[in-house]
Amino acid sequence: MSDHNAAAHDHVEHPTWKQYKWVGFWLLVITAIEVWVYYTPFKESKLFAPTLLLMSAVKFGVVVFYYMHLKYDHPLFKRLFAMGLGIAICTMFALLFLFGALKIGG
Amino acid sequence: MATADTPAGHEGHHEHVHYTSTGLENRKIAIWALIGSECMLFASLISTYLIYKGRSKVGPFPHEWSCKTSNVVGKTAELVAGCAPADVLKPILDIPVTSQSTFVLLMSSLAMVLALAAVENKGHPLPAGAGWWDRCLASSKFWLMATAVMGATFIGYQSYEFTSFVHEGLTIKTNLFGSSFFTLTGFHGAHVSVGVLWLLTLFAIDVKRGLKGKNDVLLVDICALYWHFVDVVWIAIFTLIYLIQ
Repeated sequence: MSDHNAAAHDHVEHPTWKQYKWVGFWLLVITAIEVWVYYTPFKESKLFAPTLLLMSAVKFGVVVFYYMHLKYDHPLFKRLFAMGLGIAICTMFALLFLFGALKIGG
Repeated sequence: MATADTPAGHEGHHEHVHYTSTGLENRKIAIWALIGSECMLFASLISTYLIYKGRSKVGPFPHEWSCKTSNVVGKTAELVAGCAPADVLKPILDIPVTSQSTFVLLMSSLAMVLALAAVENKGHPLPAGAGWWDRCLASSKFWLMATAVMGATFIGYQSYEFTSFVHEGLTIKTNLFGSSFFTLTGFHGAHVSVGVLWLLTLFAIDVKRGLKGKNDVLLVDICALYWHFVDVVWIAIFTLIYLIQ
């Protein structure tokens, strides 16, 4: 392995303590909103599930990009994770459609 | 694959960081590959839960009230008003308790990144006049133990939840909901337990010889990646299983 590669690996920028703190704060805020929404009449709305899924996706992305440092790390790690996650999501939708838990147009 | 060993950094403690030809550490590539495959495992478990949800013939149900004798199922208690009180099964999922355990797990992720930052910054002298909070932030032992304690607390919440479910009549054999729910959350709990043991091992190493240098940063980094993955899986489970009906 070249020294260049080793050097490139050794200098990975990570967030600061303040950024970690704010990420933690927003994760808590989003979770609190999720739980609060659960106890409101909005629960009966058709937008309830998509809203919760969106908030959950934001939390998922924040943890993966900031806490797991995927934003700062080598692209190969992003590809490895994206490949696994992509196959997982496709498998999930395939199973849900196959067994009728999700239906197109209904 | 080429391998290069970095020179010992301190006190004759030899560091062996194994880089691949990509310039990346092979153990880090391995943990990302593991995390990618774990995504598939949990996606199939969550799919199984979602497919079986609503197909149970008998209660208790996750969000619905039901009557043991008449098999009436409804979203509100009024719909099972005609049922004898002893036969009424209330919605089994306890959102307030699970919300607390979710908060704990999210905070454990914050503690984990601070543990990693503390190990990475070891050797950097504290600024003059550093207070207790600066010393706390710089202590990898404190954050590793804090993460492990929060992980163990999460397991405690899950044990309480499982025990109360069993007391209310839901076991892994009761219905399809019980089978898929216990399998999914049980697998997740097992992952958290492994993470707690891993954290305690790192804590013990830190107490015994101190975590310092590139190799030790990598050890903590790999554990942190696993721990955050367990956290993101719970983020998905909490929304899909507990909140969305």
